[in-house]
Amino acid sequence: MEAAKQTSVTVAPAPRELEREPLVLNNRSLGWISDRICGIVEDKAPTWWWVSFIISLPTAMICFLMIGYLISTGVGVWGLNHPIAWGWAIVNFVWWIGIGHAGTLISAILFLLRQKWRTSINRAAEAMTIFAVMCAGIFPAIHVGRIWFAWWLFPLPNSNGPIWPQFRSPLLWDVFAVSTYFTVSLLFWYMGLIPDLATIRDRCKSVYKKFFYGLFALGWTGSNRHWSNYEKAYLLLAGLSTPLVLSVHSIVSFDFAVSQLPGWHTTIFPPYFVAGAVFSGFGMVLTLMVPLRSIFKLEDIITVRHIELMCKVILTTGSIVGYAYGMEVFIAWYGGNPYEAYAFQNRAFGPYWWAYWIMISCNVLSPQFFWFKKIRSNMLYVFILSIFVNIGMWFERFVIVVTSLHRDYLPSNWGYYSPTHVDILTYVGTFGLFMALFLLFIRFLPLIAISEVKGVTPQADPHHPLGGAKEGKH
Amino acid sequence: MSGVGRQYGVLAEYDTPADAIAAAEKVRDAGYTQWDVHTPFPVHGMDEAMGLKNSRVGWFTFCGGMTGFFGGNLMIWFMNSFDYGIVVGGKPLYSPLFAFPVSYEMTILFSAFGSLLGMLFLNRLPRLHHPLLKNKRFGSVTHDKFYVVIECADPKYSEEETHSLLEESGSTHLEVVKE
Repeated sequence: MEAAKQTSVTVAPAPRELEREPLVLNNRSLGWISDRICGIVEDKAPTWWWVSFIISLPTAMICFLMIGYLISTGVGVWGLNHPIAWGWAIVNFVWWIGIGHAGTLISAILFLLRQKWRTSINRAAEAMTIFAVMCAGIFPAIHVGRIWFAWWLFPLPNSNGPIWPQFRSPLLWDVFAVSTYFTVSLLFWYMGLIPDLATIRDRCKSVYKKFFYGLFALGWTGSNRHWSNYEKAYLLLAGLSTPLVLSVHSIVSFDFAVSQLPGWHTTIFPPYFVAGAVFSGFGMVLTLMVPLRSIFKLEDIITVRHIELMCKVILTTGSIVGYAYGMEVFIAWYGGNPYEAYAFQNRAFGPYWWAYWIMISCNVLSPQFFWFKKIRSNMLYVFILSIFVNIGMWFERFVIVVTSLHRDYLPSNWGYYSPTHVDILTYVGTFGLFMALFLLFIRFLPLIAISEVKGVTPQADPHHPLGGAKEGKH
Repeated sequence: MSGVGRQYGVLAEYDTPADAIAAAEKVRDAGYTQWDVHTPFPVHGMDEAMGLKNSRVGWFTFCGGMTGFFGGNLMIWFMNSFDYGIVVGGKPLYSPLFAFPVSYEMTILFSAFGSLLGMLFLNRLPRLHHPLLKNKRFGSVTHDKFYVVIECADPKYSEEETHSLLEESGSTHLEVVKE
């Protein structure tokens, strides 16, 4: 101790090229961060918001009208027929639920990996997760046929014995996985919102707004005794969401993999589905965040570096997905099972060849552009490629569901599936629902986690000169 | 005890997290117990500066998780094996293997509720009223200011000493908060 006191250590400042790019650009102050983010909620709704909302709301209504038509008429209004009993409903379900996975990856896995850049995007991505899971949840509920019996999926007593749900079935695992996923995502999202709701509460002029934001802020005072428990709970929720998100898409893949059907019965499915889910989810995050950051002038908080990092996640997961496609084809040949080999040959060169090649070009080829920094930092290219990712992942699910089903072992069991206008409009309607919910979210809730972004600035670091650290102390 | 006009505590404002930490260390060393630091975001190192122990939220998570896992297994055993067993494909009526995915999800579900509700319970939230929230100046706690609050209920509290302690700690503003 004595020696340490006597020697004065001078630390040379790090060379410029070793310095990390700051997470919030232009050295913005703590106050600027809350002003800018709360400003979005406090200012009058811009015209584009009203225009988009007025378009989204009737689109969402189309979804519910189509569901009403389906229930009142019967599943015949969909394009399902022997042998293709799983069509767009399951494709859309898997697609939407996959999109949700990016939100949890950002909020939980990147948190555990100490990736501080997540703070700028986690709130909007988590909101996206919740709304995407809501859209996803519609499809399994309405595809059961007799929708008024959908509650039999839940372990509720009924008058038939009661005959309980069959827990050996992966379809029932799915019910638990998806409902747990939705609930835990909602809890995690809400917990993250508590300090930020308090920020809005403390800024509100209107008594009503102050009351409502205050009610949901639960009386938060920013007490450090509270923060201490809060941070622990946040860490635990991140630790819980990580195995959860990996399990959800694994279980979704079990819906297929546990069956005996060539093209579905593969052990590679769980990791391949999870990678694909993260891939498509990041595509959707970019589709939403790239326009939002420029509309709301958030370039200092969601910087080009953030966008680039997300592009790199897309590149990685897209390549994993590409590897999985390759491995599927390899095993189909190497496994020596003629039915398996036929299923994959039929995917690429059969009647659905177009879907397979759209999938390959959007999912395997398009993310490879993200090797180039020029493309990663050009917002227009990033936006366009993110849409390709969304399209590609929808086709992946279409290929898995439909091409595996459409040719059974006997040629008399062969068919060709086409969606009806009800299938298409229900899917289009879920976009309206998703967009309407997302627009309401950016209107009424802070779109970026204010307290978390503040926490990663140098002003928040008590050991940084900007955080008030004095020379020779700490 | 009408509460009107009674003092709740002393509020000291700081501009930077480093100042707040330095002040917290002083208050901790002076032996106060009924006090707190209020910040717009969790400040790194503040728990040590305040002398706080590790949070106990984990116990709630653990209990939630145990409830979920064993509750899930119990539910599946009861429904598929005890109350109304249906043999499917000659498989056992209950096996921890097929019961695992659902029990696993329930473990996570109940742990998550345990974490959030445990955090709220330990923080005694939700709370509809707090003396500090009535204070005009305290509104900046969610914006960009840092506060140390020593309650009058603290056995060591004395108007003179507490005030001078906070003044010396570099506070930019000192104020008495009413109940």
